[in-house]
Order: sequence, then structure tokens, then C-alpha cells
Amino acid sequence: MSEIFRLSVDDGIATITWDLPGASMNVLNEQGIRELDAHVDSAITDPSVKGVIITSAKPDFAGGMDLNVLAKMKAEAAATGGDPAARIFGFVMQLHGVLRKIERAGADPKTNKGGKPFVWACPGTSMGIGTEIGLACHRRIAADAPRAKIGLPEILVGLFPGAGGTTRLVRMLGLMGASEFLLQGKTPAPKRAKAGGLIDDVVEPQDLMKAARAWLRDATESEAVKPWDRKGFKIPGGAPYTVEGFQMFLGAAAMTHGKTQGVYLAARAMLSAVYEGALVPFDTAIRIEARWFTHVLMNPSSEAMIRSLFLSKQALEKGAARPADLPDMKVQRLGVLGAGMMGAGIAHVAAEAGIDVVLIDRDQASADKGRDGVAAILDAAVKQKRIDEARRDEILDRILPTPDYSKLAKCDLVVEAVFEDPGLKAKVTKMAENVLGPDAIFATNTSTLPISDLARASARPEHYIGLHFFSPVHKMNLVEIIKGRETGPEAIAKALDFVRQIRKTPIVVNDARFFYANRCILPYVNEGVRMVAEGVEPALIENAARQMGMPVGPLQLSDEVSLELGLKIAQATKAALGEAYPKSPADEVLRAMVEDKGRLGRKNGKGFYAYDERGKRIGLWPGLAELWPHAAARPALEEVQNRLMMAQALEAVRALEDGVLTDIREGDVGAILGWGFAPWSGGPFGWLDMLGAAHAVGICERLAARHGPRFAPPKTLRKMAEAGGRFYPSPSGRRAA
Amino acid sequence: MTDAYIFDAVRSPRGRGKKDGSLHEVTALSLSAQMLNAIRDRNDLDTAQVEDVIWGCVTPVGEQGGEIARSAVLYAGWDERVPGLHINRFCASGLEAVNLAANQVRAGAGALYVAGGVEMMGRVPMGSDGFAIGVDPYLAMKTYFVPQGISADIIATEYGFSRDDVDTYAVESQRRAAAAWEEGRFARSIVPVRDVNGIEILARDEYMRPGTDMQSLGGLKPSFKDMGENMPGFDAVAILKYPHLEHIEHVHHAGNSSGIVDGAAAVLVGSREAGERVGLKPRARIRATAKIGTDPTIMLTGPVPATEKILRESGMEIGDIDLFEVNEAFSAVVLRFMQAFDVDHGRLNVNGGAIAMGHPLGATGAMILGTLLDEMERADKATGLATLCVASGMGSATIIERV
Repeated sequence: MSEIFRLSVDDGIATITWDLPGASMNVLNEQGIRELDAHVDSAITDPSVKGVIITSAKPDFAGGMDLNVLAKMKAEAAATGGDPAARIFGFVMQLHGVLRKIERAGADPKTNKGGKPFVWACPGTSMGIGTEIGLACHRRIAADAPRAKIGLPEILVGLFPGAGGTTRLVRMLGLMGASEFLLQGKTPAPKRAKAGGLIDDVVEPQDLMKAARAWLRDATESEAVKPWDRKGFKIPGGAPYTVEGFQMFLGAAAMTHGKTQGVYLAARAMLSAVYEGALVPFDTAIRIEARWFTHVLMNPSSEAMIRSLFLSKQALEKGAARPADLPDMKVQRLGVLGAGMMGAGIAHVAAEAGIDVVLIDRDQASADKGRDGVAAILDAAVKQKRIDEARRDEILDRILPTPDYSKLAKCDLVVEAVFEDPGLKAKVTKMAENVLGPDAIFATNTSTLPISDLARASARPEHYIGLHFFSPVHKMNLVEIIKGRETGPEAIAKALDFVRQIRKTPIVVNDARFFYANRCILPYVNEGVRMVAEGVEPALIENAARQMGMPVGPLQLSDEVSLELGLKIAQATKAALGEAYPKSPADEVLRAMVEDKGRLGRKNGKGFYAYDERGKRIGLWPGLAELWPHAAARPALEEVQNRLMMAQALEAVRALEDGVLTDIREGDVGAILGWGFAPWSGGPFGWLDMLGAAHAVGICERLAARHGPRFAPPKTLRKMAEAGGRFYPSPSGRRAA
Repeated sequence: MTDAYIFDAVRSPRGRGKKDGSLHEVTALSLSAQMLNAIRDRNDLDTAQVEDVIWGCVTPVGEQGGEIARSAVLYAGWDERVPGLHINRFCASGLEAVNLAANQVRAGAGALYVAGGVEMMGRVPMGSDGFAIGVDPYLAMKTYFVPQGISADIIATEYGFSRDDVDTYAVESQRRAAAAWEEGRFARSIVPVRDVNGIEILARDEYMRPGTDMQSLGGLKPSFKDMGENMPGFDAVAILKYPHLEHIEHVHHAGNSSGIVDGAAAVLVGSREAGERVGLKPRARIRATAKIGTDPTIMLTGPVPATEKILRESGMEIGDIDLFEVNEAFSAVVLRFMQAFDVDHGRLNVNGGAIAMGHPLGATGAMILGTLLDEMERADKATGLATLCVASGMGSATIIERV
């Protein structure tokens, strides 16, 4: 059996080194826990050992817990008829036992004497359980390695630090001090981590082990005792029922409730663990933490979030949809046509990933303007100290703005991001292909025009593909890759390799009207606008959406993309579909807003919302109530929410039925990253699974009866309801129908 | 079933609940005992005849802790066979004490009770007994907890009361309270507070600000705006529960909310036979009592369903009530009551209320019942209803009628 942790003793110092075989990054699994436990025991009982270093043989300390272990554990317990909750609680308590052993370091529990100091020597990045191991040690030293990040990001995938990290950090920093790490999941660079109190010291990478040894040499017995293991310990900032602590806990509950809109169980459960734990001694507190952590793990939302935001996302990033037999096709030199906001954004993220970029526009000034836009974003990052000036210059130097198409000659990928005008797109495609080499791939960043139609302008449609970026490019992590009818495997591999280079998440979809993301967003916005026409209070529409975990309500989203564009899309769709176009009262609302009232959206400071002169949203436009008076009967919150959510989820199911989506993981990850679909649900398919197909069909039938056939349950869902199936295999192993 | 009657009701004047308040030097026990002994002395009462003393107190810690009712009985030098029961229904504790006494009398469990309460808000600050509903994240989130001031602002937003509306109400409360004092309308119930030598410390409500007008209130900043909109952002929680609201209108401030004061009150309750035994004539019959739980977020709308319930259960209609006392926790609470039942302000809180005179939490319920009875006698009205909104979403009510 290969060793995951190694123990060596040298000159009175034991070193426990983490080195998971066959992996570039350590993750903790059950075998690892057993080995760590055994080594800690040996180090503590070996009389020649004075102190212990815990470190990693890899450039980083750890990526976190192997989340597959937890899923497996649940499934095994269920399959053997055991209680999955009891199984997980037992596992977490076992982990607590190991970390608590490190923390108590063999000291006599009564006198606190005889403990051996443990120091954490973190060579690079440490996430989750890695950092929790560090928190159990008596001293935390990190190497100032480039790109290293240290933190507890569990909250971002629907969990919270459940191996004592929550309890320890609150006792170290107080609830206030700990909240940026625990509640926001911030993972700062080592120096920032030190400033925030997460670690004690930052040293040059080559000095890490030396510094760890030096600290151990000087460490006294009392330094091997944590403050909370001494008499009279008080939580910094106060426990809940102290004068200072009372207001803080009162505020924390309200703030968390408001910020999470009440949909994230993990944040609620973590606060409960913190509150209940703050009222009792440490060993009781970690047991409480384990109970709440188990509660979260047993919740379908955390399972769905782990699946989509962690397992599926990672699989897609590793190229789940990539043609396997093609060699690595990393982009060497990128051409971008059109230096507007999208084009400049694409140039920005590519240059950041170390790719040389030729940024083309019709004249030098326009091309320069695109590069200046990138410079402005980078300047702001310099000002916020997120990057230094050298890094900014390095990125900007990779972008060559020019009107000269001949400069594209050596580009192996070109992304076209000019106006959504088929004629213009055809023209620039031809101009680019004239100078491109035979293997180069041409991509269009259209969000609405069918790829197969645009590909007609190309001399080599098998090398033509859609790359749909989301705005703003440097912040939005999804790229929708669209295969045209004739798109070949090289183009797909190239697109996927490029997306991986720029560290974004790809989904690969087939070519159909609005592809996947926009196809689902439009019905969401339309449903919201339609409710305005029905006299539903606009605040209820917007709040209902947010309370389902949507980042913005449909009316605000309509303002952001512009009502004018919404109207144009509706008109174009009507023209394309003719008689088949489903009439919607939403169209009349948009028409009245745009044509009668001149309210185009955020871009002219007038939309469903009112804006002040600086463009800040100040509230829903009061005129709405006059144009569309509130109906006498107010619909229930749940009814509004079901309409808004089903509008999206059913469209996702239809996209699957139509073959636009070929993998539900892409549908779920794409929905969360692309338009912020209720992340707690794991995505539309995850949400439907959570509801259960039969229940979902029931909701749809009621909605269809009241609001129209757009809510009629799709065949797939209906079949699942009949057969008791699901989209994803159930935790107990039942497969989709 | 035996009927329960009120034989007497007393209250202390209300002192400002601050370090410079006149009652700040008085202990909760001393003030409680002075009310008990006023009841004893005014009625020449053999305390051994009293079944129990039921005493409301909302912040039972420190000097108000340790079962203050029993301590007050002993402090007052009453017969040691009178036990003493402390109760807490937040702001309605004083009324609830009376109701509990009355209902035991009606059931035949004891014939003579003293019920009332005390709160020294300047000495034992509100909330110092802990308050898990706001602090325990599980319950705070489950109940969409917001502080009362935010709840009052939700009422104003939901039911359409503007800043002008709530200020106008407050100005009138001040005017009525001042006029009532001027005319000696509280004289029958007020028991001056004295020191150990019998020297008078306070004989008149000192929180009042006669001459308050719209202009003076207009200058006050809304008290709950910052905690609502900024840190920690309670409005967002309120909107989770009331999603049809876009934002909360923050209209309440110190001038249109109840005052923080020190005070105590006591009511002598018993059966007609018990009264006859000790030579007392009943002043009013306690016709009905009610209590109810309501939405804990908006929290303070309890008087409406409590009143609906008490009317329903006693077979009465709103028109059968001649006079109302609705505790002025916040202006919007009373405005909502008047709106819900279409009750004219001329029949409600006719001598002002807690906005002008203050709201000593554990005592107020007993105080407004006494005020109601005094006014019914003065104006020769037959039936009165007293009701209070209660923290965490509750309401209590009592209907009395003269005999």
C-alpha cells in the first residue's frame, strides 16, 4: 500500500509530509486520515520527538477533502440499510479526534503540561480540510508562493468548514473576524491571510522548513496549549449573551438571512454551529459543529451544489466533452475581430492567460480603444492591490491593437466579436480567412445568430464554431461552445483547449435558436414582464425571484440587457416563426415601455426601474402601477416563484429533448455560471430532481391550466413522473428512467 | 361559573427610565411593595385573604430576577402564606396577570388576587435577560426576526401610514395626556412614590412633553432606518416575509414610540362573595379575556386578532365597546387597530397613552386597565376593552363592564 503521509524524525523534530500518490494536489480521503492519525500518535509517543512539522511534498498543501468520499459514504450507508447521517457524523467525529489529538499534542488535560508543539508549514495553496489541519496546529507558517491561496471556501459549494475550522476560527478571531473566511469563503494570498489572522507568519518559499524548525526550537510547552484549552478563555468579540456579543450575533443572523435570501442552508447551519458552540466548552462545540455539518451534508441542496459546482464543473473543465483522440491544441496566438466590449474582454482574459493577442478593429483608434478598456480594468485591479504594475504591463504588452488583418497570419484561433449583423460577420470572416493558415479555427461570439447560417460565409465550415462569452467577460466564467452542422472535431478540441487556457468553464451545445443560455433566460424575463401586464406587484415579482436564489429579478435583468433589445428579439422571433409565434402580453408591455414611454432600460437610465443621474438604480418606476394597475388578488409567493423557475427549467428540459444539450451536467453548470440560476438547487435539472418528477409535473399542470400551455410538462418529465425516475442517479443508486 | 370583579386599581407615576429619572434611585422591590401596600391600605385589606400575587415583569434579571412576585410580597410585609407568581408575556404582562387572576377566580381556584407588574427600565435594561429569538440563528431565521421598531415600520408600510400620520397621532397623545393630568383624571389611581421616610419622590408622570407639535417631531430622525437599510440590514429580512413590499418606510422615532420609563401598577381582583367578605364593593366585572399568537415578524398587530377573538368568544361586536385602551407601543400599532375596526379616535386612548407617558413593560397592561376603568366611571360608560401588542407576535385583551 502506498503511503499518503510520511513520517520522518530528525534531530528531535518529527516531520509529517503529505504526498498523495498519483496526484498533483493532495486531497484527504479515509486512508489518509488513518495514516495521519497513526503518524500523529507516533510523534506524540516518541520520547525523542520535541516538536512536529506538518507539511506537503507537493507545491501546494491541499485542495481539500475528497468530496467523492462523502458521496460514497452516504450511498454505502443507504445501500447497507444503515443511517447515512449516523455514518457521516461518525466519520466527522473521527476526523475531529485526529485534529484534536494534534491540538492537545499529548498534554496532560488537567495540567496542560507535556504537550509537543505542532507547526503547520504550508508551501502553497491550502483549501478546506487542508487549512483546518493547519488551524489545529499551534503555529501556522506559509510560504509566499506566487498564486498561493489559503482559505476555507466550503460555503461556496454549499458546505461549511466541518472539521473544526468553524469552531476554531471563531475562537481565534471572533465571529466578526472569522466571517470573511467562513461566511464569504474568501481565500486570500498568504500575506492577506496573515493580515486577516488566519495564519501567523509568511516566509520566502525557500525558508519555509527552516522557519518551521526555528519556531519549534524556541517553542515553549505553553505554546502547545490553545487559548481555549486554558482556564477563563473568552471568545474574542464576546459570546452571544454578553453585552458586546449580543448585538453581533443578532446582526449576524439578520445579515446572513438577508444576504443569502434564506436559501442557503449551509450559512444558516454554520451560524447555528457558531452560536450553539459559543455557549459551551470546545469539545462540546466541535460535536455540535459535527451535528450541523452532518445536517448540511444530508440536505439535497448540498448534494446538488457539490455535484454541479464541484464535481460536474471540474469534469467539464477537464474536457468531458472533448474529442479524446486529438492532441493538445492550446492556442499560441489569438486573433480577435472587433474591439468593442466583448472583443476587448476576450483579448483581456486571453492575454491574462499568457496568450499573445491581435486585436483588430476597423481603424487604429477603434482598436486602441479596446486595449484602453482592458488597461482601465487592470488599473483598477492595481489600485485595489490585486495585481502589481509589472503584471498589468505584462498583460497589456501581449495585446496588439491594429486595423491590419495581415497581422492575423500566425493566429491559430480567431474569435469574431463584431456587431450582430450577418453581413458584417460574413465580411470579416472572409477577410480573416484570407490570411489565416489552413489549420486555424474561426469562432464567432454571437449570442443570437445561428452558427450554421454564419458558417456559410466560411470557406471551411468544419473549422468554424461558436464561442459564446458572457458579459463582462473577465468576470463571467462560462463559455458556451456551439457546434454548427458542419463543425468538426478539431474546432471543438481547439475551443475547449482555449477555454481551459483562460480558466473558464465550457459547455458544448448544438446549434439552435438562442443556443442554451439565452434560450432559458428569455422565458424567465418574459414571464416576469408578463406578470407586470397581469397586475402582479413588480416588487413581488422581483423579490420572488431573488428569494429563489436568482441573482437578479426578471425586470432588473430586462433593464440590464435593455428593453429595446428584448422588444427586437421578440419582433425578430415573431418574424421567424410566423403563425407559430406564441403571443405574449409581455410583448405589449415592452412595446409600451420602449415606444410610448421611451424607457429603454439601464442604458438610457429609464426602464422598469428608475435611476438617478449617475445611473444608480433607485427603485421600481412608480409609473408601472399606473400603466398596469395592481390586480385585486395578490398571487401567492410560491405561485410567482414556480412560474419564474419553471419558465427556465422547462426550457432546459426542452433543450435536452431537442438535442441542444447533450449532457445534463452542462445544462446545470451552464445555468448556474451563465445566468446565475439558483445555485443552491444545483441547476434546473438538479432542481427538478429535488422537487421530484411527479411533484414537478403536478406544479406544471396547475400552472398550464391557469397560465397557458407553455407550462405543459415536457415528455421527458412526464415519463419520469410515471416511472419514478430522475435526471441524476439518486443517492441510493437509483438511475434515471 | 363565578364572575370576577375589579375592586381597586392603582399605579405609580412613571419616571423617566434614565439615570436622571426620578425613580432611578428606587428598587423594583420597593416600588412593587408600595403598590401592593397601597392596595392593602386603601382597602383595609387583611393580606391573609389574598390567594396569590401575580406580578408581571419582562426583564427578570438582577433585582427583578429570582421570582420578583414572592420577593415583593415579603418586602411589603404581607402575610407569608401569600405566595407570589412572576409571569412574563412581554408588554402585556400586567394585563395577563389580571386575566390569569380573573380566570382563576372564575374557575373557583381562589377568590381574591392582586395582579399587576413592575418594570424599572432605567435600572434593568430591556433585553438584559437574553433574547434567543433574535440571537439563535435557527429561530431568528425561522421567524424572520426583526426588532420591534422595524416591525412597527412594516405595519406603517403595509397599511399605509405616513410619517405625518404617525406624528399626528403622537402629538394628539401628548395633548390628551397633558389635558388629562390638568383635569385630574388620573387622581383616583395614582400612588405617589415615597422614600423610606415617607418623603415623596414622584407624584406625576414625568416623561410627558406637553406642547409637542408636528414641527418638533418633524426634526427627529427615523430610529430604525440605519439598522434596517444598512447594518445589519433588517429590512431585507422583513422583505423576505413581505415580498410584495419593495422597501420599508421608516417612520417611527422616539417621539412617536412608547417611552422608556420606570413604573408599577396593581389591581385587586376577586369574586363578589370575596369582596363582600372583606367589605369591598366591585367597580367592574371582567367580562372576557383573550390571548393569541400572530406573525412574529410584523409582531405588533396582535391587538387586532386578539380583539376579534375576544369579541367572538363573548358574543359581542365592536360597536358594543364604549371605550378602548390600545397600548401605544408605536403610533402605527394604534392606527392599525383603528383602521381594522373603523374605531373613532374619540373613543380610544382618550387620556393619551404610552407615547406621552411611557411604557413600563411589565406594568403597562395593569396601568391601562386602571386608566380605562377610571375613564369609564368618569364618562359614565358601560363597557371597555384594553389590549396590547406583544413581542414575538402575540396579543392580549380584556373586556370589562361596570356593575
